[in-house]
Amino acid sequence: MLTNLKLQLLHMTWKHFFTSSIGKKLIMGLTGLFLILFLIVHCGLNAMIYFNDSGETFNHWAHFMGSNLIIRVMEIGLFAGILLHIIQGLMLWVQNSRARPVNYAMNRAPANGKWYSRSMGLLGTLILLFLVMHIYHFWTPSRLGGIAGIHALQETRLGAEYNGQEVHDLYAEMLVVFQNNLWVVIVYVLGVIALFWHLLHGFQSAFQTFGINHKRYTPIIKGLGVAYSVLICLLFASMPVSMYLRWIK
Amino acid sequence: MEHYNMNLTLKVWKQKNSKEKGNFETYQVNDISSEMSFLEMFDVLNERLIKEGKEPIAFDHDCREGICGSCSMHINGKAHGPWEKNTTCQLHMRAFKDGDTIVVEPWRARAFPVIKDLVVDRSAFDRIIQAGGYISVNTGNAVDANAIPINKKDADHSFMAAACIGCGACVAACKNGSAMLFVSAKVSQLALLPQGAPEKRSRVLDMVAQMDKEGFGNCTNTYACEAECPKGISVDNIARMNREYLSAGISSE
Ligand code: HEM
Ligand code: FES
Repeated sequence: MLTNLKLQLLHMTWKHFFTSSIGKKLIMGLTGLFLILFLIVHCGLNAMIYFNDSGETFNHWAHFMGSNLIIRVMEIGLFAGILLHIIQGLMLWVQNSRARPVNYAMNRAPANGKWYSRSMGLLGTLILLFLVMHIYHFWTPSRLGGIAGIHALQETRLGAEYNGQEVHDLYAEMLVVFQNNLWVVIVYVLGVIALFWHLLHGFQSAFQTFGINHKRYTPIIKGLGVAYSVLICLLFASMPVSMYLRWIK
Repeated sequence: MEHYNMNLTLKVWKQKNSKEKGNFETYQVNDISSEMSFLEMFDVLNERLIKEGKEPIAFDHDCREGICGSCSMHINGKAHGPWEKNTTCQLHMRAFKDGDTIVVEPWRARAFPVIKDLVVDRSAFDRIIQAGGYISVNTGNAVDANAIPINKKDADHSFMAAACIGCGACVAACKNGSAMLFVSAKVSQLALLPQGAPEKRSRVLDMVAQMDKEGFGNCTNTYACEAECPKGISVDNIARMNREYLSAGISSE
């Protein structure tokens, strides 16, 4: 008898779970939070330039990150996470604009929320444009620098000694990129500004997505989100600026 | 509050049916009393239009006391008009002054197609409720209402969620046309009570699945829904539904 009973419940599959509206949000939140953690490491290591020791401390850690197997494996995870976040983010953006085929002639949206909360897709796209340039500037030469002709900066032949080994001098590369190109510095600062607004919404939003909305915890989460966004973005923006202004050499 | 009369210019969306394209029609209405409700102002206009042999404006309404959720109108860029926590039928003309122009549109969402003028088809909400917005009750004698002890806080939160009148203002206000506030209120009101426990997992999974099927957008936590909800339903409910969904999604077969 019992074996003849068919389960009437909706059968849950992984696909069903992660393609539901809440599952898609979960992916955004998890990858977003992962990127937030990554930015702490990235920002902390970059801040080594403020030792102002011609990049010795910075290059030491940059070399460590570039040569450590565990870090390199985690880097693959990072790229997968960014890609997932971007693809899912753009898909959400398209799907959500389709959910309102006819727009209001009059819409007082500013009265019911923050502009940056409504502009996550746009801010994300600005970050993406910045990321393409950023990866071209630093990641490709430091990781793929050995492949001939990967890009023009190679020709400056940036090499440094580290433990008797030739390593790519990422610090010198930063100086080359930032010291002489005001427009690059401006684009970097604009990229960071876009990141700031994206984080200001994204940090606290991720917790709501995970189902955390609580009288006592949520104000703390929101405070942390603001502090994180301000601190990380001020630090990041200060780096190209202080190189351009020769505060650090 | 002092009584006054006003003359107004109305720009109202006119659309013959769901297939044809609509457009704004401009109407002049005179001697409107500040004590009329917004719908009564429409009644006055419609009576005149009928007398003139013109087509009246179709709009949805039923209770006219802010509890049925029928009177869906987007007024001057906001769901249910300028007053906070208020339905169109409870909006009074004293919200406007003489000489004002008022723009009235239907809810705009793919899941709420326009039937005629300001009337949209909100049956998507009914299908979401049918998918899981119910509880199992034994037949036989009615059980005493207070037979099961319920924590006061849970009862209050459940009651606050149950205040949702299903008007669709959350969908209308959301830039993504998302129905998360509505669905989360309906999930929460039952999830918070012991009576809702038997369908705890299937309810949230089925209702979200139906919500997605209806073509609502995905929530991005802008909270426009909460700001424009006539009943002040809180986005806490959305977090609760996310929790319910994640735990049900992970644990169910
Ligand atoms: C390092 C860079 C980035 C970080 C740290 C980041 C972080 C976040 C976080 C934490 C969220 C909130 C998730 C949630 O509400 O559950 C989010 C949302 C979003 N991100 Fe990013 N993001 C980054 C880059 C990008 C890029 C490149 C795009 C490309 C298009 C993008 C598109 C979006 C979109 C559309 C959302 C809205 C989704 C939503 O709120 O539901 N992000 N991001
Ligand atoms: S007509 Fe019932 S809520 Fe407005």
